[in-house]
Amino acid sequence: MVGLEHYLGVAAALFVIGIFGIFLNRKNVIVILMSIELMLLAVNINLVAFSAHLGDLGGQVFTMFVLTVAAAEAAIGLAILVAFFRNRGSIDVERVNVMKG
Amino acid sequence: MTPADYAFYAFGGVAVAAGLLMTLARNPVHSVLWLILAFFSSAGLFVLLGAEFVAMLLVIVYVGAVAVLFLFVVMMLDVDFAALKGEMARAMPLALLVGTVLLLQLGMAIGVWQTAEGVVMRDAPLPQADNARALGLVLYDRYIYAFQASGLILLVAMIGAIALTLRHRAGVKRQDALAQMWRDPAKAMELKDVKPGQGL
Repeated sequence: MVGLEHYLGVAAALFVIGIFGIFLNRKNVIVILMSIELMLLAVNINLVAFSAHLGDLGGQVFTMFVLTVAAAEAAIGLAILVAFFRNRGSIDVERVNVMKG
Repeated sequence: MTPADYAFYAFGGVAVAAGLLMTLARNPVHSVLWLILAFFSSAGLFVLLGAEFVAMLLVIVYVGAVAVLFLFVVMMLDVDFAALKGEMARAMPLALLVGTVLLLQLGMAIGVWQTAEGVVMRDAPLPQADNARALGLVLYDRYIYAFQASGLILLVAMIGAIALTLRHRAGVKRQDALAQMWRDPAKAMELKDVKPGQGL
């Protein structure tokens, strides 16, 4: 019988894979952004699983808000990426050093 | 094992495998395609949980908009991905270490986790015939301010993305409506008296 713990397990695995992807592709901003999307997806799975098992629709509503923020974040992130590539000719994160941060 | 259980293991296994292959793929286009597969399988998990509306939203917003946006950017930018991938072998030990530690921590947290007193947990999700209707009643009533704020976030993101990527190229001929309206015959026209047999 598949219960709440199984869904939490899948979500935890996806979240860890997202962090793993960020550490693995430290130079490639596109894959880093995709890994962040994967982590947000894991959070959504958690929210929906709890929403279904508690019988409370608030979790699903917040899934929609997370979806909205994820879409906005992807759009802004890719716009910054395109502007950066236009100026530098590369998407290497370690070359983001104009501000000496 | 009921058919729903088999479906859970299929969707969950495919989602995790697709996520892992996304991080490991050599070609970013393949990464995006694996990400789309992960989104589709997660939508299947949402359907199993009885959240059909969110599942369809996931397919439309993530697969239809966000993943296609990623695909456009990957294909438009002429990046030397082979050079970027050369670093992967060097980062692998640290990534594996961090991943294993986090997975163990999350596993321990799920292992000892229990519900608070007075909270009724269902064994199986409640079958709902009208998930979208119930969601709409909650979303437009209790969460109306958060809903409007999310609309504002999308507006800001749209303006920001346009402002970031818009550029005016020099030397491109464009229509200037104001200049056209302010034209008058005295400035736009010149009368020349051309003598017969001679050019200008």
